[in-house]
Amino acid sequence: MAQSYRIETGGLINRNKKISFKFNGVTYFGYDGDTLASALLANGVHLVGRSFKYHRPRGFFGAGVDEPYAVVQLYRNGETEPNIKATEQELFEGLEASSVNCWPSVNFDIGAINNFLKIFLPAGFYYKTFMWPKSFWYKIYEPFIRKAAGLGVASTKHDKERYEHKYEYCDLLIAGSGPSGLASAYSAAKNGAKVILAEDKPRYGGSLLTSDVNIGNQSGKDWADGIISELKEMPNVTVKNRSQVFGYYDHNMLVMSEKVSDHLPETKKYHPNKRLWYIRAKEVLISSGSIERPIVFGNNDTPGVMLSSAAKEYLKVYGVLVGKKPLVFTNNDSGYETAIEFKKHGVDPIVLDSRSNPQSEIIDEAKNLGINIKNSYVVVAAQGYKKVKSADVATISEDKKTLGKIENINCDCICVSGFWTPTIHLASQSGNKTKFNEEIDAFVPGVSKQNETTLGAANGVFTLEETLKTSFEKGKELSKKITEKDNEVSIPNVVEKKYSKHDKFWCVPLPKGKSYKRFLDFQNDVAVSDVEIALREGYRSIEHVKRYTTLGMATDQGKTSNLNGLQLVSEIENKVVPSVGHTTFRPPYTPISIGAIVGREVGKHSKPTRKSPIHNWHEEHNAVFVDAGVWLRPRYYKRGNETLIEASKREAKNVRTNVGVCDVTTLGKIDVKGPDAAEFLNRVYTNAWLKLPVGKARYGVMLREDGIVMDDGTTTRISENHYHMTTTTAQAANVLSHLEYYLQLVWPELNVNVVSTTEQWAGAAIAGPKSRELLQKLFPKTDVSKEGLPFMGYVEGDLFGVKARIFRISFSGELAYEVNVESDNGRFMWEKIIELGEEFKIQPYGTEALSTLRIEMGHVAGSELDGRTIPYDNALEGLLSKKKDFIGKRSLQRAAFVAEDRQRIVGVVPLDKKTSIPEGSHLVKDANAPLPNKKLGHISASCWSVEHDNPFSLAILKDGKNMIGEKLFVMSPLKNKVIPVEIVSSHYVDPKGERVRS
Amino acid sequence: MLHIKCPHCGMRSQNEFSYGGDATVKRPELNKEVTDQEWDNFVYNRVSPRGKHLELWQHLSGCRQWIKVERDTASHEIFKTYKANEEIA
Ligand SMILES: [Zn+2]
Repeated sequence: MAQSYRIETGGLINRNKKISFKFNGVTYFGYDGDTLASALLANGVHLVGRSFKYHRPRGFFGAGVDEPYAVVQLYRNGETEPNIKATEQELFEGLEASSVNCWPSVNFDIGAINNFLKIFLPAGFYYKTFMWPKSFWYKIYEPFIRKAAGLGVASTKHDKERYEHKYEYCDLLIAGSGPSGLASAYSAAKNGAKVILAEDKPRYGGSLLTSDVNIGNQSGKDWADGIISELKEMPNVTVKNRSQVFGYYDHNMLVMSEKVSDHLPETKKYHPNKRLWYIRAKEVLISSGSIERPIVFGNNDTPGVMLSSAAKEYLKVYGVLVGKKPLVFTNNDSGYETAIEFKKHGVDPIVLDSRSNPQSEIIDEAKNLGINIKNSYVVVAAQGYKKVKSADVATISEDKKTLGKIENINCDCICVSGFWTPTIHLASQSGNKTKFNEEIDAFVPGVSKQNETTLGAANGVFTLEETLKTSFEKGKELSKKITEKDNEVSIPNVVEKKYSKHDKFWCVPLPKGKSYKRFLDFQNDVAVSDVEIALREGYRSIEHVKRYTTLGMATDQGKTSNLNGLQLVSEIENKVVPSVGHTTFRPPYTPISIGAIVGREVGKHSKPTRKSPIHNWHEEHNAVFVDAGVWLRPRYYKRGNETLIEASKREAKNVRTNVGVCDVTTLGKIDVKGPDAAEFLNRVYTNAWLKLPVGKARYGVMLREDGIVMDDGTTTRISENHYHMTTTTAQAANVLSHLEYYLQLVWPELNVNVVSTTEQWAGAAIAGPKSRELLQKLFPKTDVSKEGLPFMGYVEGDLFGVKARIFRISFSGELAYEVNVESDNGRFMWEKIIELGEEFKIQPYGTEALSTLRIEMGHVAGSELDGRTIPYDNALEGLLSKKKDFIGKRSLQRAAFVAEDRQRIVGVVPLDKKTSIPEGSHLVKDANAPLPNKKLGHISASCWSVEHDNPFSLAILKDGKNMIGEKLFVMSPLKNKVIPVEIVSSHYVDPKGERVRS
Repeated sequence: MLHIKCPHCGMRSQNEFSYGGDATVKRPELNKEVTDQEWDNFVYNRVSPRGKHLELWQHLSGCRQWIKVERDTASHEIFKTYKANEEIA
């Protein structure tokens, strides 16, 4: 297909490289350097989508980030991404895109019926229309809205692209590479400041690419190119294109999204798709320019109606005519620039100027070129459904209230200019108190909250000469504060045309008897009538009007709609715009892909994975792993076709009858050292610590100040002033912070140091009646007899040349030991244990067997110490010292904590001795009681007791002390189970604790 | 993201720190009789001021020191940071 709207020469595209692409299944051609939008327009394609609510045909309105509706679904290298602005997507060979928001197709859209059912979707339609009848919601309304109102489809596949995050610090971050960005970057860079200059488009220069100006005897574009190439050479400057600074956060932290690969058919090897920059800048210069404002008139959303600046950009940058019979509708001189460009390329435009007798240099130039100019004229309505075919125009009275006789002019596009709106989003996000500038009918930044300065058009300065002068000066002034250098930069000569004043006119009145839709917000389909309804229904605050009508919401954030919406509200309310105020601008300024926000923290990288030094052995021996916090631990070692239950029963039983070994490296370990270490432990733990001898371990419980159990574990006195504390795997980090808190803030007078040694030691628990015999084989030189190493004893040993710590402690309730060696020797230790344990029928056991062993013994763990229980609840009140104070002791006097019927740990056995009890189930007195059935407690942990060969659970039960022998019901509505149970002691095995002392 | 000056390490981003609450709360001395009200005030009762607030942060992914930060809760302005045992000016 020929590019029939492409001019012969000109533009900044590379005509030597032709590119083929597909849109809605049709193949077209464009050039290297095109956007999807410019390439489609070159092919005369204006219809790209359907509007959000009314499903009206929509085309292109802008030429960049300001585009409110040319949003497409993009297909690239087997991936798909929704919500892509066709005006920003650069063309690459093989690009495929399709329209969104239309079903079944862009040309025939069933939802367009909404356009004719006017009553169906006015302001607040979600709140009103779909409220009743309620039964219609799921079957009719919701599926309909879902199908009809999408803005694209997210891929359900795993994204194979990679996204990076980068942290950067700089002296000056400059957002936007137009004249103010270039000038300020240049003088700051010359002063030696570390500068980052960010440009969202592929090409640098901003308005200089399309304006007809002269700087230092060069064209604006040549001057920009010169500055950019000089900046790129400077080591203190980072220049980034395709990079959008989209959010301004606290303490001068800005976030920028760099599109590294989106313009390429596929991402280069080792490159990310996008890179998100977190930039902490000392000073921020906002040079984000301005966006042209539409004028509101009937059917102003028809494809072919677009901003006059966009039409000029398509022509000057891409060599594309957006129409061959253009109508320019303007209230200021900018429209003439577009008209002149058309004329220069042999196309005759007609200019409608709402002003009665404007005079300026540029108007004279237009007149001299023979352009047809009609003063005091407006477009009343665009005509044509899928494309502008003509325009109804009329004269307008001086007070802009009365239209003259309506005439029809043939045209194929309408280029609108309603003057300019500074892009103040970043300044506003920073907390800047913006102010209304009557001169330009728009908000501009006022008092800065953070170190931000807004320059040029973004600050409401529309002459190049003043923009360059203030920008050079500001760049110099701010950098001088930081680098203390004061290098002169000469300000170049500027030749530009003088503009006359714009007309404060923004909305064409409706002619009598007509009810054209006049759109304010093109993305969210908000028309003048919608805002009128909202105000009639009593909404006053602009924030409420926004939410009720959706004006200025979503990804567009009011780029083209904001001010016209405010004008309308202020007019109806008879207020001035500044007293109506504007809604909050929220980051991101433009849609940012979720992948970029997430970065590399996906899948296995979403959190660190910690593995014990014995991990590879477990893997080699068919371990099935389970996540334990950030650790991977063997859950069981699978033999043949064993299930989890079968394997864990076998492993647990082997511990009870022979000997087992479990990797306990993951336990938290903290070294507590110093002359006051004993005193410190005495305050941290609930029991007494002052008299623990060297070479002995003690079990301890620590509380939070509110009396709740924080953690438990054993601590061993290694030497006079050195204790080895262990914590649960899950609480290790919290306990360390907790100890540091008290040492640094509460009792700084204690001479104690704490440090985590979790990674320093590999640990193996050797448990079972044959563990002592095995231990003696492992440490032939050490006396590990009942007397030599009694329960809760500690010795150092020599494990075939490797230094080891041997603790006689037990979690399983069996005769048991824990051996620690330095991590690097972990696997050596483990293999020795397995090798020498063979004659004792040793088997490794995983966390599932470990749980079984501790549950049937009634040892509490994380599921009982769940942040809601006090020592009594866990039958740990024997560890509460009466003689000394400790953290959290005072809270234990609370009335609820000393109540007679206080909850307490119990054992639970099903009456049929068969049915497994789901963890988390509730205990009730009467299974058939009316709801809500009073809950007496909950099941905290369940296992299959290998000792008794029936299910056994632990529960935290109200008045547990007096409930032993009671018959209750376990209810699990989730699993739809009701199980009659008997309450028994929580010590289901060896209640006297004889085995551990054997 | 806040930018907090650790008195030991210098300016660091907020994600290196963890928040520790009101720094003006003083733990009653050990072994001292305290009323229910005094204990409640220590454990539970906190004001939530708009404006200047002296608060605890721990430089968790840095030097692990607990520090005191004087911050405006509304504007996030940080006026001064102190070491754990430093006199508050
Ligand atoms: Zn620090």
